[in-house]
Amino acid sequence: MNNQDTVQVTMTVNGRTRVEQVEPRLLLAHFLRDHLGLTGTHIGCDTSQCGACTVLLDGQAVKSCTVLAVQADHQAVTTVEGLGQRGGLHPVQQAFWDKHGLQCGFCTPGVMMTAVGLLQQNPTPTSEEIREGLDGVICRCTGYETIVRAVAEAAAVMAGEAGPSAAAANE
Amino acid sequence: MSKLVGTPVKRREDARLITGHGNFTDDVRLPGQAYAEILRSPHAHARILSIDTTAAQAMPGVVKVYTGQDLAGRVGTVPTAWIPPASDLKQVPHAVLAVETVRYVGDGVAMVVADDPYIARDALDRIVVEYQTLPAVTDQREAMAEGAPQLHADAPGNVALHWTVGNDTDEVFAQAEVVVRQEFRQQRLIPNPMEPRAATAQYLSATDELTVWLTTQNPHIHRLLLSGILGIPEHRLRVIAVDVGGGFGSKIACYPDEVLVAYAARDLNRPVKWTEDRREHFMATTHGRDHYEEVELAGSRDGVLQGIRVKSYANMGAYLSTAGPGVPTILFGLIVNGAYRMPVASSEVFGVFTNTTPTDAYRGAGRPEATYIIERMVDLFAQTIGQDPLEVRRRNLLRADEFPYTNPFGLAYDSGNYHAALDQALTMVDYPAFRQEQAALRAQGQYVGIGFSTYVEMCGLGPSQVAGAVGFQGGLWESATVRVHPSGKVQVFTGASPHGQGEETTFSQLVADQLGIPIDDVDIVHGDTARVAMGWGTYGSRTMVVGGAAISTAVDRVIEKARRIAAHMLEVSPEDVVFEDGVFHPEGVLDRQATFAEVTIQAYLAWNLPQGVEPSLEASAYYDPTNFTYPFGTHIAQVSVDADTGEVRVTKYVAVDDCGPVVNPMIVEGQVHGGIVQGIGQALYEGAVYDDDGQLVTGSFMDYTMPRARFFPQIETAHTVTPSPHNPIGVKGVGETGTIASTPAVVNAVMDALSGFGIQHLDMPLTPEKVWRAMQQVQDEQ
Repeated sequence: MNNQDTVQVTMTVNGRTRVEQVEPRLLLAHFLRDHLGLTGTHIGCDTSQCGACTVLLDGQAVKSCTVLAVQADHQAVTTVEGLGQRGGLHPVQQAFWDKHGLQCGFCTPGVMMTAVGLLQQNPTPTSEEIREGLDGVICRCTGYETIVRAVAEAAAVMAGEAGPSAAAANE
Repeated sequence: MSKLVGTPVKRREDARLITGHGNFTDDVRLPGQAYAEILRSPHAHARILSIDTTAAQAMPGVVKVYTGQDLAGRVGTVPTAWIPPASDLKQVPHAVLAVETVRYVGDGVAMVVADDPYIARDALDRIVVEYQTLPAVTDQREAMAEGAPQLHADAPGNVALHWTVGNDTDEVFAQAEVVVRQEFRQQRLIPNPMEPRAATAQYLSATDELTVWLTTQNPHIHRLLLSGILGIPEHRLRVIAVDVGGGFGSKIACYPDEVLVAYAARDLNRPVKWTEDRREHFMATTHGRDHYEEVELAGSRDGVLQGIRVKSYANMGAYLSTAGPGVPTILFGLIVNGAYRMPVASSEVFGVFTNTTPTDAYRGAGRPEATYIIERMVDLFAQTIGQDPLEVRRRNLLRADEFPYTNPFGLAYDSGNYHAALDQALTMVDYPAFRQEQAALRAQGQYVGIGFSTYVEMCGLGPSQVAGAVGFQGGLWESATVRVHPSGKVQVFTGASPHGQGEETTFSQLVADQLGIPIDDVDIVHGDTARVAMGWGTYGSRTMVVGGAAISTAVDRVIEKARRIAAHMLEVSPEDVVFEDGVFHPEGVLDRQATFAEVTIQAYLAWNLPQGVEPSLEASAYYDPTNFTYPFGTHIAQVSVDADTGEVRVTKYVAVDDCGPVVNPMIVEGQVHGGIVQGIGQALYEGAVYDDDGQLVTGSFMDYTMPRARFFPQIETAHTVTPSPHNPIGVKGVGETGTIASTPAVVNAVMDALSGFGIQHLDMPLTPEKVWRAMQQVQDEQ
């Protein structure tokens, strides 16, 4: 790579400012994985169908395989590593653990980030709305049922309730 | 101490996976690593006239470009590892890069290694390959026809194998009151685990050791095959499967690209990484299914099944994959009678070369295909004699008092209570009410249907003597080493290689219970040939059945040694010492005891061991199962068919499975859910399509329908428990039951919904277009 062909990007990733030289064509997903070593964001396809690479860009869930790193310049990115860590899990992470919302775990970071985005838009989704909201992700292991339960559980917890009592959790 | 086995212990794997600390093969980062990309054939069948790599090689950042000719004499060909007996199997050479001829779209032609992955990708475009295209054939029956393009000189008529099994069916069929005939197409599927395949290799010249991180379900099988292909002795070759993001059979095979990466790392003395993209996965990772079957079922007019005959044409693809030949033969042909009492049965299988991606195991592997045809045939038989499909099943399902049951192919079904599973499933639906509602809706032009699948399948294959007899070029035992450290903490080394199934949790449950210690004192080590001596991996729902049995046996051996040491400490004879809840004490005497930890430290200090007892506390077991296990159950699907669009919706789904004792109900439920959705994927959505030139037109997630969350209702699961006598835990396996059972349940339900239209059968996938056209055609004719 020739330095003349690169541009500088500045991003706040998981709360930390990062300044890097990148090729203009570099995908955000590759930037996160290969330049910053944040390998929690996975790449499961090349056509923006599977959602494994979903991250939050200025708080909005996006597929990082469809965003150029330069497009994220001067924006804030949250990856699964920034969602929560042991001892301080995000309610969505905790719910995926509690409700067996993952098996192989490869799609999981993207599915959780999608769920975070979904719950921001609709904090009390029905089970049907959760299934619709997960349309942009593919999981081959779980059959989705436990993912739906996990998102419902997270919604209930985030709503400040003691247990799962949101609409979906009753179904 | 409360027992963990049977309880929903939360998964120990999850902490790393939900926080982004999973370690998948593409996450492995080595200093100085280079990146590989593979140039793949755009043609299904062509002669390579020339390859010019000059421009690619000259690009800044390109380290080396390899072609098939560069590797001739340096790298062997990739063999198949399953050679069914008396099948006249053609072991055609599968070069890691094509030399003269490419035989499917995706066949490797060259490999670029570069400093940067984007440069490697750019360099592929600079390689100039001159092809002379040849006629291609993608359909196995067309490939067998006279005048079809020939793939391999050594396989005339493109026949890769021809295998027959069973007993004499002629007399029964000649005298049968009813013979039902049907042809089935079981479409080709793309496995699509969410993690693409990947390999990263590193050669250390100081020790002459090559390490390969690999997306594999069976690291030791990979080591064995790579060793042979590369000519590197096994003790200098280490295969590591870190976290593996699903396999579903597609990560069993040893692939050419994996060989290439390993070769290049040593050749360049530099770490090399390769990760397929999804497009490559579609074209260059093994596919599943792809059969035609011609089936005949004989029975009496009053509903007694008497025999089944199956003639099957299996598409093997362009080469024979690692386990490919075993799937449409051994794993299919021996169980086509399903869960039903039947005196005669036979299977004849042609495995055929075509200009398509090689096929191999895909979740269920052979058993879904067998289950699909028998479950469909039972419905067609019921329809023919005018009986309810439920009644035909009740009449012909094996009864609990008939086990062990030897089927017409000589398989000995271990144990079962098929009627109990059916009865339980029927408590979860209201069958009479559904039939009433169905009739009422039909009068209004609305179509709903119900479908049954009363399946049996086979798991935990073994003993190894049988593996040899059926041509599997490996053993089917499993290893376990249980190492108790001086402080009483336990590491378990297993030759199974779980990749999403949760055995780090379920194996720990077993060990913690058996030793009476906290689960946090147990660690499961797997997926590394340098840490685990030998093993055969995870596939065929064998991991808990065979791997769990090995662990349980090894733990028993640890306890027996500890008992002798404890007896010495307690000054009684070993026979008088009991071990309960992690404590040794003389029978009936509770105030004199030694804890497991106290005994362990004595085993290591070795200051005062009984005569003849060696220091340390560790045991291994190499468990060879006594026979197969046979999970079974009943699945019931309810569907609605939109009369205007042909769209099928699954409206209710009930699964009652019997996998023996359930070690972790949460994990088992997850396995069942995932399997069911995958099986419904075949029934309704998925299907690989090649055009006449051999181009895979369903080559991405945009063209190949993967099941999504909104396609499904809530799935209701339940269990009956019939232990298998063939392993100490009694488990039967559960990883594939959902996929095996659900496909016919849903197709039977759709056909039931369409029964008023006089449509006997539609081949999968039952897409809206296919269903709508069938309904239109009937209406047009009326």
